[in-house]
Amino acid sequence: MPVQVPDLTPAVPQIYVLIMTCVTLLVSLFASKKHSAWTYILSQLTLLGAIVLTLLYFHHKSQVTFHGNMIVDHVSMLLTIFICAITFFVLLYSRDYIKQHKMPNTEYHVLVLFSTLGMMILVSSYSFVSIYVGLELFTLPLYALIALRRDSAVYSEAAMKYFVMGAIASGMLLYGLSMIYGATGSVQIAEVVKVISALPSSQHLIILFGLVFVIAGVAFKLGAVPFHMWVPDVYDGSPNTVTLMIATGPKIAAFGLVIRLLAETMPDVQLAWSHALMLIAVLSIGLGNIVAIVQSNIKRMLAYSSIAQMGYMLLGVIAGTANGYAAAMFYVLIYSLMSLAAFGLVAMLSRDGIDIQHIEDLRGLNERNPWLAFMMLIVMFSMAGIPPLAGFMAKIGVLEAVIAVGHVWLAAVALLFAIVGAYYYIRVVKVMYFDDPLQSTRIDLPTGDMRVALTVNGLSVLALGIFPGILMSLCQAAF
Amino acid sequence: MDNLIHNITLVIVFAPLVGALSTGLFCRKISKGLTFAITIGLMTLAFGLSVYLAKLVIFDGYTSNEIVYTWVKSGTFQFNVGFLVDKLTVLMLLTVNFVSLMVHVYSIGYMEGDKGIVRFFSYISGFTFAMLMLVTANNFFQLFFGWEGVGLVSYLLIGFWFNRPTANFGSLKAFVVNRVGDFGFILAIAAILNYFGTIDYAQVFALAPQMAANNVTMSIIGGTHSSVISVIGILLLIGAMGKSAQVPLHVWLPESMEGPTPISALIHAATMVTAGIFMICRMSPIIEYSQVTLSLILVIGATGALFTGLVGIVQHDIKRVVAYSTLSQLGYMMAALGASAYAAGMFHLMTHAAFKALLFLAAGSVIIAMHHEQDMRNMGGLRKYMPITYITFLIGALSLAAIPPFAGFFSKDAIIEAVKTATIAGSDYAYICVLIGSFVTATYIFRAFFLTFHGKERMSDKLKQQLHETKFVVTGPLMALAIPAIFLGMLIIKPILYPNGFSLLGKSIFVLPQHNVLASMGEEFHGVLAMVNHSVQTLPFWFAVSGIFVTWLCYNRFPELPAKIVKRFGIFYNILVMKYGFDDFNQIVIVRGGHRVAQWLYQVTDSEFIDDTFVNGSGRVVNAVSIAMRQLQSGYLYHYAFAMIVGLVAFLVWLIF
Repeated sequence: MPVQVPDLTPAVPQIYVLIMTCVTLLVSLFASKKHSAWTYILSQLTLLGAIVLTLLYFHHKSQVTFHGNMIVDHVSMLLTIFICAITFFVLLYSRDYIKQHKMPNTEYHVLVLFSTLGMMILVSSYSFVSIYVGLELFTLPLYALIALRRDSAVYSEAAMKYFVMGAIASGMLLYGLSMIYGATGSVQIAEVVKVISALPSSQHLIILFGLVFVIAGVAFKLGAVPFHMWVPDVYDGSPNTVTLMIATGPKIAAFGLVIRLLAETMPDVQLAWSHALMLIAVLSIGLGNIVAIVQSNIKRMLAYSSIAQMGYMLLGVIAGTANGYAAAMFYVLIYSLMSLAAFGLVAMLSRDGIDIQHIEDLRGLNERNPWLAFMMLIVMFSMAGIPPLAGFMAKIGVLEAVIAVGHVWLAAVALLFAIVGAYYYIRVVKVMYFDDPLQSTRIDLPTGDMRVALTVNGLSVLALGIFPGILMSLCQAAF
Repeated sequence: MDNLIHNITLVIVFAPLVGALSTGLFCRKISKGLTFAITIGLMTLAFGLSVYLAKLVIFDGYTSNEIVYTWVKSGTFQFNVGFLVDKLTVLMLLTVNFVSLMVHVYSIGYMEGDKGIVRFFSYISGFTFAMLMLVTANNFFQLFFGWEGVGLVSYLLIGFWFNRPTANFGSLKAFVVNRVGDFGFILAIAAILNYFGTIDYAQVFALAPQMAANNVTMSIIGGTHSSVISVIGILLLIGAMGKSAQVPLHVWLPESMEGPTPISALIHAATMVTAGIFMICRMSPIIEYSQVTLSLILVIGATGALFTGLVGIVQHDIKRVVAYSTLSQLGYMMAALGASAYAAGMFHLMTHAAFKALLFLAAGSVIIAMHHEQDMRNMGGLRKYMPITYITFLIGALSLAAIPPFAGFFSKDAIIEAVKTATIAGSDYAYICVLIGSFVTATYIFRAFFLTFHGKERMSDKLKQQLHETKFVVTGPLMALAIPAIFLGMLIIKPILYPNGFSLLGKSIFVLPQHNVLASMGEEFHGVLAMVNHSVQTLPFWFAVSGIFVTWLCYNRFPELPAKIVKRFGIFYNILVMKYGFDDFNQIVIVRGGHRVAQWLYQVTDSEFIDDTFVNGSGRVVNAVSIAMRQLQSGYLYHYAFAMIVGLVAFLVWLIF
C-alpha cells in the first residue's frame, strides 16, 4: 500500500510552533545568561507567527486532513488565534514575575509553548486519538510549570494534586472514548457520527455508558462541579503567573474539547448529554457563586468564580443550537480575556518576591494607582455581568440561547445566582475604592509594555461590550 | 455615489464627536486656543460638508439608506447604526450645523474668562454629535440614542454652573420632565418592535399602511381594544411633548434658562427642542394613519402656542421672555404637524432656528453688556449704546412677530392658513388659538424690545459708564444669523411648501391625500410678492401689527399704562404670573406627594420589610450556606477523588436508568 502524504498546509501553524519551540529550547540552552531575553523574544515570535499563519488561512471554510485526524475550520482557527494571543499576554505579564521569583527562564517559556501547542492540536483534532494526544500535551507541561520551583512545598503540593486528579480524569475520558470506539468501531469523529446515527436507539446503552465517562473527563478540564475540587487548590497553590496560564488558555481549549466530543461527535444523543450538562451547569453556577462569597484569598475567590463562569458557558452548549454554541464560544473567549486581566494584575502586582494573596491586599488601590484600579473595576463589573461590559453581552447571549430552547427555569436560576455572584465581584471594587490603603506609596506595574498590555486588555473588555458585533458574528459564522 | 454620501455623512456626524472627546478627555491639559481651533475647525468641516451633501441630495436628487454597523443581533431583532440621508435629514443637518457653528464662535466671547470654558466647548460639540446621530438615524434605536444623548448634554449644560442651586434645580427638572416624555417614547419603540418585528424605518413605514388597513388592535387594559397605530402615535407624541416642551410637559424649558445663553440658543431654541417636531415629521408614514393622534397633536400644539405666549407677556427676565416665546413657537410647529402640514412645521422649524437663535444671542449680547443682569426693569435705552445688537434684535423680533417680508412671516402665515384649512376634529379651536397667538407673539417680543432698547435708562450710573457694544465674536454671529432671519422665508417657501418640480422635502414626508392641506393652499399661492401684498388683507397680519402698536402705546408712549392694567385685571395677571399653576401643581402634588410616598415606602416597606427580611435575610442564608459548603474543600486528595467517583456514578445511574 503506497503511503499517502497528507496535506500539510492546514497544519502549518502547529508545525511552525513545534519547530520554533525546539529552536527556542536550543537557543536558550546555548545562549549565555545575559542573553536570556532571547528566550522571551523567540517565544513571543512563535506565538505571533502562529496567529499570523492562522489568519492567512482564515478564508478557508473547513478542511479535514491527516487522514481524518485533524480538522481546520472556523472554530479551530478562532480558538487558536485566541489561545495564542492570550498566551502572548500571559508571557508578557509573567516576564518580570519569573525574574523576581527566580523561576527557571528557559523551562518556563518552553513549557508554556508546548502547552500552547497541545491546546492548538486539541482544538483542531478530529479523532479520539489526536484529541487525547492534544489533551495530554497541553496538561503535562502545566503540572511541570506548577512545580517549577521544586523547593517550595506549596507548589509541589498543588502540582501533585493537579497531577493525580488529572490522571484520574484522563483515565475516565480514555475509558469513555474506548467504550464509544468499541460500540462504533472507529476513532474518527466523522465515522463515529455516522455509525451512531445509524444505530437504533435501543442500542444506545453502551454509547450512553461511554458518554458519562467522557462528560466526567470534559467537566474536569472545565473545572465544573462535581469535578471541580482541584480548581481552588491548584489556583491557590500555583505561582501567580502559572495560575494566570491555567485560568485562561486551557478554558478555551476545554471549550474546544466540549464542541469536538459532544456537539460534533454525539448530536444524536444530544438530549442525554445536555441533561447531564444541565445538572453540572446548575451545580457549578450555584456552588461557585456561593462559596466564592466567603473567600478572603483573591485567587481562591477567582477560582470559584471560574467554576461559576464555566457553568454559565455550559448554558450555551446545553441549548444545543448553532446560536447556543456561538454564544458559549463568545462567553469563553470573553471570560478568558477577563480572567487574563484579573490574574494578570494579581501576578504583576506581586513584587519583590511577595505574592498578592488576599483581597485585602488591594485595599485603596484607587489611591495608589487609579488607572490600575479602573482596569480591575472594568473586569470585575464585566465578570458580574454589568452592562455595557463584555461580560454582560456574553451572559445575555447564553441566557437567550437557553430561553430559545424553552429552558426558562435554567435562565432564571442562572440569573438568581448571578445576583449572588455580583456581591463578591463588587466587594473587590469596594475594597479598591472605598477602603483606606495600608500603605500610601504609589504602586505600579513593572514596565511600560505591561502597562500598555493591561490597558489594551482591560479596554478590550469594555470595547467588546459596547461593540460586540464583530466577535459575535465571527462566533456565529463558525457554527 | 451611495458610498460617497455614506462617507460624507460619517465624517459630518463623527467630526463633532472627535472634537468633544479630544477636548473633553484632556480638558485639564489643553489650552483655550487649541480648544477653539479643534472644535470650531471640526464644526466648520461638518457644516461645509453638509452644504455639499445638500447639493448632492437636494439638487442632484440622491438619497442613501445604509447600515454602518450591526450592534447586536438578537433572534430576529437587529440593532443597527445606520444613516438615512434624504432631504429631510439634509435640511436638519444644515440647520443644526449652521446654528451650532454660530454658537461655537459666539461662545468664545460669551464664555470668556469662565474657568470651565474647555468643558463647555466639549459639551456643545458632544451635543452636536448626539443631535446629528438623531437626525441621520435610519432606525428607532439610533434615534433613541441621539434622543437620550441630547437630553444628557442638555442636562449637563443647564447645570453648567453647578455651584448655583437654581442651575442644579433647573437641570434636574429638565431631566426629570424629559424622562416622562422618554417613557412614552421608549414604550412606542417597544410597541413598534413588538408589532412590526423591526425597528428599521424603511421596513416599519412599508408595513404601516397594511397595519392600518387591517385595523390591528391591542388590549391595554383587559377587554379594551385600541388601534395599534393610534397607540404608537400617541406614545410617540408623548415623547415629542417631552423633548419639544409641549403643554403640559413644557415646565422644564423656562427653567433651562439657568444655563449659559449660547446653550439656550443652541439647545433650547434651535435644535434639541425641535427634535420632537423632526421626529413627528419623520414618523409621518405612521402618524398619518391615526386621526386621533393628529387631532391630539393639533390641539396640544395650538393650546401651547397661545397660552405659553400669554405667560411671556408678564416675564421680567429677558431670557425668560424668549424662552416662553420658544414654547409658543414650538406650539405653532406642533399645530402645523397636527394639520398634516408637516412641510409647514419643518419650514417654521428652520426659520425659527434662525430668528430664535438670533434673539437669544442678541439677548446674550445685552446680558454681557449689562454684566450678567437679566432683569429688563433695570435696562432701557440701550439703543444708542449697542446699535448692532439693537438692529439684529429688531430683525429677530419682526421675524418672530411674522411681519412681512421677514422669514417668520412666511412660515407662520402658512401654519395659520393650514390650521384654518384643516378639517380634522379640533381644528376650529386650534385656529382661534393660533390666530390670537399671533397678536400675543407680537406683544411679548416688542414689550421686551421696548423695555430693553427704548425708554428711560434705568440701570445704575456706574454700569451706564461701562456700557458699550460687544466684541466681534459676539456681533459677528448676530449679523450672520440676521441674514437667514430676513431672507430664508422668501427664498425657500416655494420649494418647501408648494413644490412644483424642485422640492426641498421631496418624498421624505408622507401625507395622505385626504389630509393634504398644503396642496389646496398651493393653488392659492402665486409667488412671494403676491403673498406679501395679499397679507395686508389677512387677519394674522393685523393681529400682529396691532400687537406691536399696543406695546408701543404701553411701554413707549404711556409707560404708566401697564401698571394700571395690572391693577384693573389683577386676577388675570396673577394667573399668568403663576403660569397657570403648572409649577405649583407639580411642586406640591408630584414632588411633595412623591416625596411623601417615597418616605413611606422607604421607612415601612424598604427598611423594615425588604432590607431587613429579604436582603439581609437572604444574605445571612447565603453566607451560612457558603460557610457550610466551604467545609467540602478539605484539601485531602482522596476526598476530591471520592467526590469525582460519586459524581460519575450518580450520572451513570441517572442517565442509564
